[in-house]
Amino acid sequence: MTALLHVDNISKHFGGFVALDGVDLSVEPGERLGLIGPNGSGKSTLVNCICGTLQNESGSVRFEGQPMDGLAAHQRTHRGLSRSFQLPRPFHSMSLADNLRIPLLYTVHARKGPLRSAGDLDGRCHELLEMVGLANKSRQLPRDLTQVEMRKLELARAVAAEPKLLIADESMAGLSHSEIEDILALLVRLNERGITVILIEHIMSAVMSFSQRLAVLVSGKKIADGKPEDVVRNPEVVRAYLGQ
Amino acid sequence: MTRVNTSKFSLIVLAVGVLVMAFAHWFNVDYLFFASYTILQFIVLATAWNILGGYCGYVNFGSAAFFAMGAYSSVFMHKFFEEALPVPLLIVIGGIVSGIVGLGMGYLTLRLRGSFFAIATLALSVVLATLVVNWDYVGGSRGAYIIRPETIEIAGVTINYIEYLFGLMLLLAMIALITARTVERSQLGFGFATIRDDEMAAEASGVPTLKLKLIATTMSGAFMGMAGAPFPYYIGYLQPQSAFGLEYAVNSIAMPMIGGTTSWIGPLVGAILLGSAQQYATVTISSAVNLLIVGLMLVAFVIIAPNGIVGLVQERLRAWRKP
Amino acid sequence: MAISLDLLLNAIVAGVLLGAFYAAVTAGISIAFGMLDIVNIAHPAFVILGSYLAYYININFGVDPILVSILMLPFFYLLGNAVYQVYYLSFEKRGQEALRGLAFFFGLLFVTEVSLILVFGVDYRYVEATYIGPSLRIGFVDFPLRMLVPCLAALALFAAIQLFITRTFTGRAIMAVSQDQLALQLMAADPIRIKRIAFGISIATCAVAGALLIIIQPVEPSVGREYIGRVFAICVLGGLGSMPGTLIAAMLLGIVESLTATFYGPSWAPAVAFGLLLLTLAFRPAGLLGR
Repeated sequence: MTALLHVDNISKHFGGFVALDGVDLSVEPGERLGLIGPNGSGKSTLVNCICGTLQNESGSVRFEGQPMDGLAAHQRTHRGLSRSFQLPRPFHSMSLADNLRIPLLYTVHARKGPLRSAGDLDGRCHELLEMVGLANKSRQLPRDLTQVEMRKLELARAVAAEPKLLIADESMAGLSHSEIEDILALLVRLNERGITVILIEHIMSAVMSFSQRLAVLVSGKKIADGKPEDVVRNPEVVRAYLGQ
Repeated sequence: MTRVNTSKFSLIVLAVGVLVMAFAHWFNVDYLFFASYTILQFIVLATAWNILGGYCGYVNFGSAAFFAMGAYSSVFMHKFFEEALPVPLLIVIGGIVSGIVGLGMGYLTLRLRGSFFAIATLALSVVLATLVVNWDYVGGSRGAYIIRPETIEIAGVTINYIEYLFGLMLLLAMIALITARTVERSQLGFGFATIRDDEMAAEASGVPTLKLKLIATTMSGAFMGMAGAPFPYYIGYLQPQSAFGLEYAVNSIAMPMIGGTTSWIGPLVGAILLGSAQQYATVTISSAVNLLIVGLMLVAFVIIAPNGIVGLVQERLRAWRKP
Repeated sequence: MAISLDLLLNAIVAGVLLGAFYAAVTAGISIAFGMLDIVNIAHPAFVILGSYLAYYININFGVDPILVSILMLPFFYLLGNAVYQVYYLSFEKRGQEALRGLAFFFGLLFVTEVSLILVFGVDYRYVEATYIGPSLRIGFVDFPLRMLVPCLAALALFAAIQLFITRTFTGRAIMAVSQDQLALQLMAADPIRIKRIAFGISIATCAVAGALLIIIQPVEPSVGREYIGRVFAICVLGGLGSMPGTLIAAMLLGIVESLTATFYGPSWAPAVAFGLLLLTLAFRPAGLLGR
């Protein structure tokens, strides 16, 4: 069985700073992978390289066996790779419903052809907002939202693109315990529907309960990859990340 | 939100257009045609600028260059065929030429940071002006005379040529407004707005931002070229200084900014207000003072009323409805 | 085609002298655009303002234009402070620099130019100084003093900026602001204050550049527009915010323009900068010295 996502030896530099240094990563279809690492370890850079927001200098990214190198971010989204941003980036001038309409119009339509009528579109936007508990605010603008609601919108927009692989980049920072539970349950539900999920998170309890496998990035290198229980006991991980 | 669909809107625009035409024909004063032609021309320019500037958030400082490309392609055609081609055909040609220039500019600069496009358009005016000044075929720095026929016969009716040009510009303004409004409410318009809001998030949502930006630069450039194409016939004697005049660059930015950039109505309001004010002021005060006022208004509006007159009115309405 | 050696050499020397002056005009843009990411397209208009002040004081009080420009430095610095404050409060703080910020500077450019037309008219103005007529001649190469003096003054200005940026705390903070706002906060410097100072310096250079311009050539209010393409071409070619890069790029443009003017005629010179700008944007957006 071929991996859904295969990252092979990718590197990225910013001037003299090495953000990613020969990272390999493989994700199987239907898997729930946790990706952790201290601040500045290159997690977001990795996500950006996988999603085409940044272009890696060496190495390659394959998705469903197809090489993705050189493809623009929107082309990767069309192929079924979707991500949320660590700092939410909503479309400020649009209502929440319209924010979700964009991936529906530009990704879901582009993929299947214009199957949906205007009514279907509205319905789908509503469903997605309901999923993250924002249905009663569908006509409001993003600036009326709290930080937490903004994160939920960000996640909903990534899900709206109907991805095969969803990368959630720190969707839970600042959320309360019960809200974290909600988001985790949502991600598990999506996963059960067949969406592969990569969760990037600082909150260890959330990562541990969610992930079937855990990868650790430190200073642009992957230092561990395996069962969560084993990884957190790995002495190198303990020293570099969990320890002082 | 008003629920007026595109075909209804087109009918309304058409009706207004016919009314304006009928009124002008009945009034039949040459000065009025001359003055209103300029205002209509600014409606087209402001609307064209707004497709890229207002909808996508990319600033074009080179409106004068796109306008002049349209005007000079007409001069070129006039020399090349040694006879007057029908102006509607020239409008199409001017649109194609400026559209291609817009596409090229976009292709070269839009993959980079947003401000590079603005800078490049600013330099474009200087360079195209240099090319035209050095190109004797289209008159060089001396300029070119285009002899305008006195009258034209359309379907057996003889009308003044200036009325004919006025009618064409009126039609062009109507087309520009209908196009802008249709784009605004289409999938394309939604895509444009995501570019203005956040390009990175737009890409992540599957919006092909580069392609959309190129569509916008081409459309915007084409309309500016179309506005410029009949200009040699209107003015009779085309000089580089008049075709590349700063008033085109500044007005096509100031009008949408002062009117409001988020919808088609802003450039229309801005063009009518500023355009008629300038027509009036040029008669009463010097044209330099006139342009100074436009410049000061532009600075004042971007600082004080970022959403223009339309934005101010909307705020008023909202405040008036709420309590 | 046989190109005579002395024509070629003279063109290159004239290009180097011109290039140094271009570097002085671009220095401010390298700070504003290259380091602070403020697209101040009104910069050349402020340069022309500097030219007119030098002209006015020179003609009425007989003061040397370069001396005038040095006396004007504090006023231009304060003007820069004020412009930045408005820009920051109205646009940067609200995240609207892309559309409205640009329109703001365009408006400033326009208002400055038209005001100068209203006050001084559209006639060409020039200054008087002892070094404007004569010329130094070494072998068959001409060094016109009206070019040589601005060249030396420009190099002095450039050296002063470079020293300030690399050797003082504030200067290094300006460099830091261009790279990393967070690092700056760790240095306990207020980024807005640093940017205000930097923008003040950027506009202050216009006083000097303006005086040099009116020594080199007669000036009318719209001359500034020719420099918009030039300064941004140099700034981009030099690699946004790199002072040595800016100097090299300015020299290069000066030489290419001078050769073009010598062999194809001066009316083509303005197109050179734009061609260079477009080529740079298309092929080396990181600039000549870029990675």
